[in-house]
Amino acid sequence: MGKALERLYNGILKENPTFVLILGMCPTLAVTTSAINGLGMGLTTMAVLILSNMLISMLRKIIPDGVRIPAFIVVIASFVTVVELLLEAYIPSLYDSLGLYIPLIVVNCIILGRAEAYASKNNVFLSVFDGLGMGLGFTIALTLIGSIRELLGSGAVFGYHVLPASYEPLTIFILAPGAFFVLAFLIAIMNKINLLKGRPTGKGGNCDQLCAECSNHGCLGRRIAKEDK
Amino acid sequence: MNVSATPHIRSNESTSRIMLLVIIALLPATGFGIYNFGYPAAILVGVSVATTVLTEFVYEKIMKLPVTVSDLSAVVTGLLLALNLPSSVPWWIAVIGGVFAILVVKMLFGGIGQNFMNPALGARCFLVICFAARMTAFTYDGVSTATPLAMLKAGEDVNTWNMVIGTIPGCIGETSVIAIMAGAIFLILFDVIDMKIPAAYLITFVIFVGLFGKGGWDAYYLTAQLAGGGLMLGAFFMATDYATSPITPFGKIIYGIILGLLTGLFRVYSSSAEGVSYAIIISNLLVPLIERFTVPKCFGKGGENR
Repeated sequence: MGKALERLYNGILKENPTFVLILGMCPTLAVTTSAINGLGMGLTTMAVLILSNMLISMLRKIIPDGVRIPAFIVVIASFVTVVELLLEAYIPSLYDSLGLYIPLIVVNCIILGRAEAYASKNNVFLSVFDGLGMGLGFTIALTLIGSIRELLGSGAVFGYHVLPASYEPLTIFILAPGAFFVLAFLIAIMNKINLLKGRPTGKGGNCDQLCAECSNHGCLGRRIAKEDK
Repeated sequence: MNVSATPHIRSNESTSRIMLLVIIALLPATGFGIYNFGYPAAILVGVSVATTVLTEFVYEKIMKLPVTVSDLSAVVTGLLLALNLPSSVPWWIAVIGGVFAILVVKMLFGGIGQNFMNPALGARCFLVICFAARMTAFTYDGVSTATPLAMLKAGEDVNTWNMVIGTIPGCIGETSVIAIMAGAIFLILFDVIDMKIPAAYLITFVIFVGLFGKGGWDAYYLTAQLAGGGLMLGAFFMATDYATSPITPFGKIIYGIILGLLTGLFRVYSSSAEGVSYAIIISNLLVPLIERFTVPKCFGKGGENR
């Protein structure tokens, strides 16, 4: 059980797919115009992720190594189709607002990444918890981005007006550029927290390259300077 | 004998001297804007400059960085931002714009010299997208009117003479061609800006509008296009920003041509009448690419292969 809880902690904080691994950027940037869309997208992805992790882990000894990627894609695409039809039948409003991005869950790299990196090497129980942890991390991240964008861009969260009526919404936050602003600020905050706690960050973590040979100009030699102290 | 590392010959130019010259050069346009639009314009200029300087100071204090407020670059950013606002916007819009310009566009990318986009224009575009209605509502003498450029686009007649003097509605600092030109000539005389960028920009723009514009090669129409909107202010004061324009001589000309093409494209074919600010920030993004392909040959290198 301790290992399962470790999977949850890993997915939500240590290797959060959005803020630390920077995976699944397409839905992260495109559908988070409101908190409810972010939550819906996160939960949909989580459902697919848990189911695909479970089935791939069950089949991990049967799938030949050479064709594992097509096999994973078939499994993932089947679950996405199931979830898409269920959404269309039971939550049509969410289905309408997510639109094209539901079938696109098939190519979400978090799902394929977890299948390849975890589910194909570990037992069913742990794989399910890995999917749950990663899915929760993704859901929390998307809901957070959606809430901030909705709050700044229309003065509401989950459709409830929180800010006074005299607040003039910064419309840019519910348009595409706002997604980049909010994501960048949240990643920066997350990196700061992770640096303080000594966890790996999304970029430049555990760097052992020489600064002169490095192509990451954004770090400006800070990492080496830090180690010198 | 004094032995030190290269370079041995240093220019006595400093950032604060250049920025001071730019501020002096902007004074005619600022003064005319305040004369033209009254005290609301003066308040906006004050609020905007105060916000940018304060934002830079507070950010550097919090991040424990050396305080660079005294190089006056934040003052220039604040002044340019205010000159790019309509006089009718409330003061808090200038505050939001000032914070965005300094914090997001300039300081987060590493401060002066590291920004990839002109901070004042980045903030202006941010504000135009956020508050589209407020940022495009122009009042003149207490009456809301369309800018001459919008009237020109709608096919109405405009008074070109008023556009050159500047007694027209518009953003605070962009209306008077005479005031802007006075500042621009001052900057060229003091060798602060290079003529290549504005010249290539304006010539390309005139050719583009002459070829594809509604008025064709009509001198009256071309003059109105040149004098209208933020073209003059943009070409001389914002396209020439050191950090966001190419450093290579040939690159400057390419950059000017791209600016002219984009501005012409936006003004002739887009739904809005003005396109200078978008043209400049898009061209800013292309600057690293332009510089990469226009590096001059070192002395002794290159030439014919034998």
